[in-house]
Amino acid sequence: MIAEALALSALLFTIGVVGVLTRRNAIIVFMCVELMLNAVNLSFVAFSKLYGATGQVFVVFVMTVAAAEAAVGLAIIISIFRHQESVNLKDINLLRG
Amino acid sequence: MGNEFFSLLYSFHFYLFGLIAVAAAIAFVTRKSPVAAAMWLVVTMFCLAALYVMMDAQFIGVMQVLVYAGAIMVVFVFVVMLLNLGHPSELSDISGKWGRLFAGFLGLALVAEILTLTRSPMDLRLVVPTIPVTVTSTGGIIGGVSGPLFREYLLAFELTSVLLLIAIVGAVVLGRKRSAS
Amino acid sequence: MMLQEPMPTGHPLADTVAQYVWLLPVLPLLGFLLNGALSLKAAAKLGPNDPSAAGEAGGHAGDHTDAHISLDDHPVVRHKYAGLVSLIGPGVLVIAFGLAVAIFAAMRSVDMAQPYVETLFRWMPVSDLKINAALQLDPLSMVMVLVITGVGALIHIFSVGYMQDDPGYPRYFAYLNLFVFFMLLLVLGANYPVMFVGWEGVGLCSYLLIGFWFSDKANADAGKKAFIVNRIGDFGFLVAMFLLFANTGSLDFAGIAASVDRLPAGGAVVTAICLFFFLGCTGKSAQIPLYIWLPDAMAGPTPVSALIHAATMVTAGVYLIARSSLLFSLAPVASLTVALVGGLTALFAATIGLKQWDIKKVLAYSTVSQLGYMFVGVGVGAYTAGVFHLVTHAFFKALLFLGSGSIIFAMHSAYHATHNHSDDAQDMRNMGGLKKHLPVTWVLMWIATLAIAGIPVFSGFVSKDAILGAVFERAQGSTLASASLLGIPGSTLLYAVYAFGLAAALLTAIYMTRMMLYTFHGPSRTGEAAEPHLHEAPWIMTGPLVVLGLLSAVGGWLNLPAFLPLGPQGVFDKWLEPVVGEATTRIAAGGGALAGSTEQALIGIAVAVAIAGIAIALVRLKPAALVPKKDSPASTGFAKVLEHKYYVDEAYDRAIVQPVVNGSKYILWKGVDVGIIDGLFVNGSALLARAMGWMGAQLQSGQISTYAWVLVLGVIALLGAFVRVH
Repeated sequence: MIAEALALSALLFTIGVVGVLTRRNAIIVFMCVELMLNAVNLSFVAFSKLYGATGQVFVVFVMTVAAAEAAVGLAIIISIFRHQESVNLKDINLLRG
Repeated sequence: MGNEFFSLLYSFHFYLFGLIAVAAAIAFVTRKSPVAAAMWLVVTMFCLAALYVMMDAQFIGVMQVLVYAGAIMVVFVFVVMLLNLGHPSELSDISGKWGRLFAGFLGLALVAEILTLTRSPMDLRLVVPTIPVTVTSTGGIIGGVSGPLFREYLLAFELTSVLLLIAIVGAVVLGRKRSAS
Repeated sequence: MMLQEPMPTGHPLADTVAQYVWLLPVLPLLGFLLNGALSLKAAAKLGPNDPSAAGEAGGHAGDHTDAHISLDDHPVVRHKYAGLVSLIGPGVLVIAFGLAVAIFAAMRSVDMAQPYVETLFRWMPVSDLKINAALQLDPLSMVMVLVITGVGALIHIFSVGYMQDDPGYPRYFAYLNLFVFFMLLLVLGANYPVMFVGWEGVGLCSYLLIGFWFSDKANADAGKKAFIVNRIGDFGFLVAMFLLFANTGSLDFAGIAASVDRLPAGGAVVTAICLFFFLGCTGKSAQIPLYIWLPDAMAGPTPVSALIHAATMVTAGVYLIARSSLLFSLAPVASLTVALVGGLTALFAATIGLKQWDIKKVLAYSTVSQLGYMFVGVGVGAYTAGVFHLVTHAFFKALLFLGSGSIIFAMHSAYHATHNHSDDAQDMRNMGGLKKHLPVTWVLMWIATLAIAGIPVFSGFVSKDAILGAVFERAQGSTLASASLLGIPGSTLLYAVYAFGLAAALLTAIYMTRMMLYTFHGPSRTGEAAEPHLHEAPWIMTGPLVVLGLLSAVGGWLNLPAFLPLGPQGVFDKWLEPVVGEATTRIAAGGGALAGSTEQALIGIAVAVAIAGIAIALVRLKPAALVPKKDSPASTGFAKVLEHKYYVDEAYDRAIVQPVVNGSKYILWKGVDVGIIDGLFVNGSALLARAMGWMGAQLQSGQISTYAWVLVLGVIALLGAFVRVH
């Protein structure tokens, strides 16, 4: 089971990566990152069956951090949206240089 | 006999949820509408929650549903609604044919690499402390997780709370409407 | 500059006037420098008629027609330095001729079994190859020097009158002197490289002089054509030199004579060397296939045609073969080729000359034809006969050309006096009945015509007959007769060459008589307005004609054959014997002299042919039936083919010139130059720089997607480092 779980985790992670590469809507890219985090959670849980509670503890932390990150990130996106009316990644390039 | 049937059932459900998770993830990545995408992501999360429960991480499974699907995704949908981005967006959202193709190739490469690496014998130099998950009488199932959480990983736990505080403050500050300045 | 090696003290000519042999080329060089300086000095303020002046002011002087005399509408301004140039130009030639005569006298009183070599300086010492700038005096080079300086001096004097009103007067004499300098280098060189310097130099001067009135594009094109065709021949000369050095280790005549036994007789090496030398000769001396430049060269001033394209430059090829007689005698196949090509050319050019209307073109093709005779002579190993024909030809051909110059001069002055700018002054159809206006020229040109036709006892008869006799003699038995070319036995070829020679003699007589008839006899077609203005040229021009006429008449005395006991026998033969005797004997080996009766029969045939030719022309050609050029009908049928020179120029153009031009234009210019060098290298490197800049700019584009891509790629690469494929 652990091996299959790891494989599933890899697959979901990759799907998340493809989503990050392909999509241009900032919010959807964000959600893809969440998917990647979920995949990582799955592999932690799978490992916890081998190595004990540490895996699950880590999942707690990951989820917490994910929540914090989601909050702050979305706040940033709202800020940007207020600035230029678009959340298309192509338009967010003020760091060009 | 019972064991075999049980393990078969177990496998069947494992694969079932796994499949649904993957399908939902793919669906999520290919939706044009952010709201629809969010919904599909929720489906994926539910499947993952089911998998967690099946793997003896019941607390995590519940947390997944409550926190991830119930709070984080809700925040996402709130923001989408707030910014009125619910409509299927312009075609320029998804990158062109070649971009998708190349991204697909990269994805395949990544999967192949990860799978290969996870199969190969890796020597874990760092010593992973093995703390068995014990179901205590006082803590129950949660006790197996919370015990190490408040004992071995106390510092990290406290730091996480500080992190949450910062996140809240930051979100409020960033999200505030600037008065004409 | 001189004497880095000790003087050849052993030679009897040392310490005589012969030690000044270096003055012979240096004098004309001095003339070139002085005249050139004068020409440049005056060019600072260009006159209205100078062809170097851009625009139509110079246009009149750029007419293809020559002989500029008083123009009624443009009052002529003689060149500022004309007097000085008239002194320097011919002056250096006359002094050089005097010196040549003195050296000749010195040579006559000593035994010239060995040549006298004077080394001026070390030129190219490179490991095994030691080439010196050295001049060689021996009977052969002396003959050439006398012809060049003598006939050259006469032509320079003629030019003083002919070119008197030309705005490019000093430039003309500068080039003419430069030409004589190079020609003297050619004949006096003691080794092939020095000869080659002269060889190329005369080609250059030919170009400069043919295109003298360069503001007319046709003249410039003719100059270019001459130079380029010559260069093709020069390639042959160079390859022959390379082969010669590779196989004998020496390039000077003495060294080659010493090591010539190293080359197997009749072998491929010797034959190759000789054939490549002959390629050079076909270019310089206008034989098939490279004769095409000579008729076009008539675009230059007429004295130039006389000097360069009759008497001297075109004979350089004959001189080369005579000089290399040792080599040619060792290669019967090559000698056969020379004789065959010479014979074919003689006949071929004679047929074309039958139908030319421009008087200079008739003489041009006549020159090609007579050069063919000379090559027949040196080809069959009768080197003295060939060189003798060279000498007599210099006399009567120069006379013919200068005479035609007088005629054209007269026609031009008549046309200008009547403001006629449209008629062609050189076309025979516009002439006729000139004998009453130019009697002296008439008589002298008849002398030359009889000489060239081969009427006894004029010079041409003696030399031409010697050649034909030699051909027949070799055909009966010699190394040539026993050799074979392309499977055909040598004797057959030689008999064929004899037949060609005879046929050419007949045609020569015909077309020369035709020329005389149409020009001097019959009714005048010049037009009633212009006719009274025709008159003889001034004495400065007619004087040299007289001298040449005398030489054409009595020149035969230089080499009287046995059956003509009018004086000392075979003087010329004896004179050249030290140089070419050995080679002649080697070629003639295997055969004997002609029987007396055969010889007389041959002479009889030759004379009969000549008289028959003249008679045919007199009887069949009716000058009265001619009309002036502008009214003449176009020719048809075979006559048209002859008039258009068998369309050889057109064929060359299609086959060689156009492909080269197109290849250059489309492949070399558009393909390589514009496409590869401009496009790929120049523009391409700029494009590369831009591309590199673009790639660098992407690193800081601010686009999150780009960063994400790079990130993922990096991760994959990193993970890949850990993957160990089993």
